[in-house]
Amino acid sequence: MEAHSSEVFVIGLTVFFLACIIGYYVVWSVTPALHSPLMGVTNAISSVIIVGAILAAGSQGFDTSKIFGLIGVVLASVNIFGGFLVTYRMLSMFKKKTKKTKEKE
Amino acid sequence: MSANMVAILYLISALLFIFALRGLSHPESSRMGNIFGVIGMIIAVFTTLMFKSVLSYYEIGAAILIGGAIGSFIALRIEMTALPQLVAAFHSLVGLAAVFVAAAAFYDPVAFNIGKVGSIKTASLVEMSIGTLIGAITFSGSVLAFGKLQGTISGKPIVFKFQHLINAIIFLLIIFLIVLFVINQSPTIFWTIVIISILLGFLVVIPIGGADMPVVVSMLNSYSGWAACGIGFTLSNNLLIITGALVGASGAILSYIMSKGMNRSIINVVLGGFGGEQDTSASKDNSDKIVKQGNAEDAAYIMKNADSVIIVPGYGMAVAQAQHALREMGDILKKEGIEVRYAIHPVAGRMPGHMNVLLAEANVPYEEVLELDEINHDFPMTEVSFVIGANDVTNPAAKTDESSPIFGMPILDVEKSQSVLFVKRSMATGYSGVDNELFYRDNTTMLFGDAKKMCEDIVKSLSA
Repeated sequence: MEAHSSEVFVIGLTVFFLACIIGYYVVWSVTPALHSPLMGVTNAISSVIIVGAILAAGSQGFDTSKIFGLIGVVLASVNIFGGFLVTYRMLSMFKKKTKKTKEKE
Repeated sequence: MSANMVAILYLISALLFIFALRGLSHPESSRMGNIFGVIGMIIAVFTTLMFKSVLSYYEIGAAILIGGAIGSFIALRIEMTALPQLVAAFHSLVGLAAVFVAAAAFYDPVAFNIGKVGSIKTASLVEMSIGTLIGAITFSGSVLAFGKLQGTISGKPIVFKFQHLINAIIFLLIIFLIVLFVINQSPTIFWTIVIISILLGFLVVIPIGGADMPVVVSMLNSYSGWAACGIGFTLSNNLLIITGALVGASGAILSYIMSKGMNRSIINVVLGGFGGEQDTSASKDNSDKIVKQGNAEDAAYIMKNADSVIIVPGYGMAVAQAQHALREMGDILKKEGIEVRYAIHPVAGRMPGHMNVLLAEANVPYEEVLELDEINHDFPMTEVSFVIGANDVTNPAAKTDESSPIFGMPILDVEKSQSVLFVKRSMATGYSGVDNELFYRDNTTMLFGDAKKMCEDIVKSLSA
């Protein structure tokens, strides 16, 4: 049992460091003009924590854990919808020049 | 659904999140990226709903609807100038959600397969407490940042004696409590950790001043990611670990870029206490110097006769909501055949990329909006620099005056252009409390007044 749980932890740690490295390179490639939308998206995706909240809220009946889970689901949903929508609003504003000026190039 | 199937669906979801961030490398691909993010989230949520242990669809559905409605309502209504507050508020929710998920796992460990009440696995307890700690700090820190950005709390840094020592002691106390918690698994200790972590979050953000907020907001962004990671380890959920790490890395990089934009280390910003109170000590006596003052007609005349204009917007433009009037001004100048471009300093505004969003909102094409290192060498070839609502980021003292608090900060070289127009409310110093010698130069014209009103007046003069 102990050996198994430490194995799980090491796998988690492996995933963690590899993800950090991917994050490092991906985020450096983000253009500075889009740093605000970047915050919007990261905000939305960090709410994937909703997965944990759903597991806690999933049981039938009502106990402490379920209530906490449901609160977690509400909070994370605010963020998921809010984060993606506000990012969508921001991104839809970033427009190219009008065609007339583009032809000049 | 088998465990392998779940793992594969979570992996797909994580990959979609990575593509969502990757899409932001260019405005054209960014919209698709956002859609990837949404799909990833949908997959993650539905996969979890398919778990055998998840039965209460009505309650969960209702919770998602309530949260979703609130989130959508806010996101659709918010003014773009208020984005930094919104982002801070959202960060606080991630932090709080992390605390609740950790609490849920503590009260019902069986649901998460981490042991039984009273005999939860040690590793899970440690991971749970770390998730709780970071989550609670993110929560209270973001609430305070929100207050400062919104203006409900003074943006001035609040400094008191032994601040750092107190924080350090509190932190050690939390570590001690975590050890106790792992040993006796008492709910009382769990909630004590939560409360003290919340207190620590407040104390960490309190000494940080308003204009350092870009760093703080980025830092809290990073924390919210690490909190998700902590919960991911608790639940042995790779999706949470990957996403948390992506967000954590993203926030950390943004904090780094922001503090570099101010030539300060992140540690220096976090320790805080910069600016706000030092106006008198730092500024030299400039009372005898003469300032050349102008009005909207002068500005219109100067710009009309130029070949090229670079506009330097700052937080003042956002406060005055001047971006639309400014774009109108730019349009008229462009019609006259004048080259108009915008120069953005990395720390302009109250969050990373804030100015870019505001200009985009006002329909300024993104090709005309350039970053510091893209445009800085063009100032000597530029006739007019139009500085609106910015101050410290143009101050040549950053290059010449070693005693200046902003010494070493990269600045936009507006001084090198033939003439400089400064739109300002008054002669007040920037947030750093440093006087800007540019105001007294011969080729500088000060335009005093509200930024929006000034742009509108210039537009009138230009069209007249």
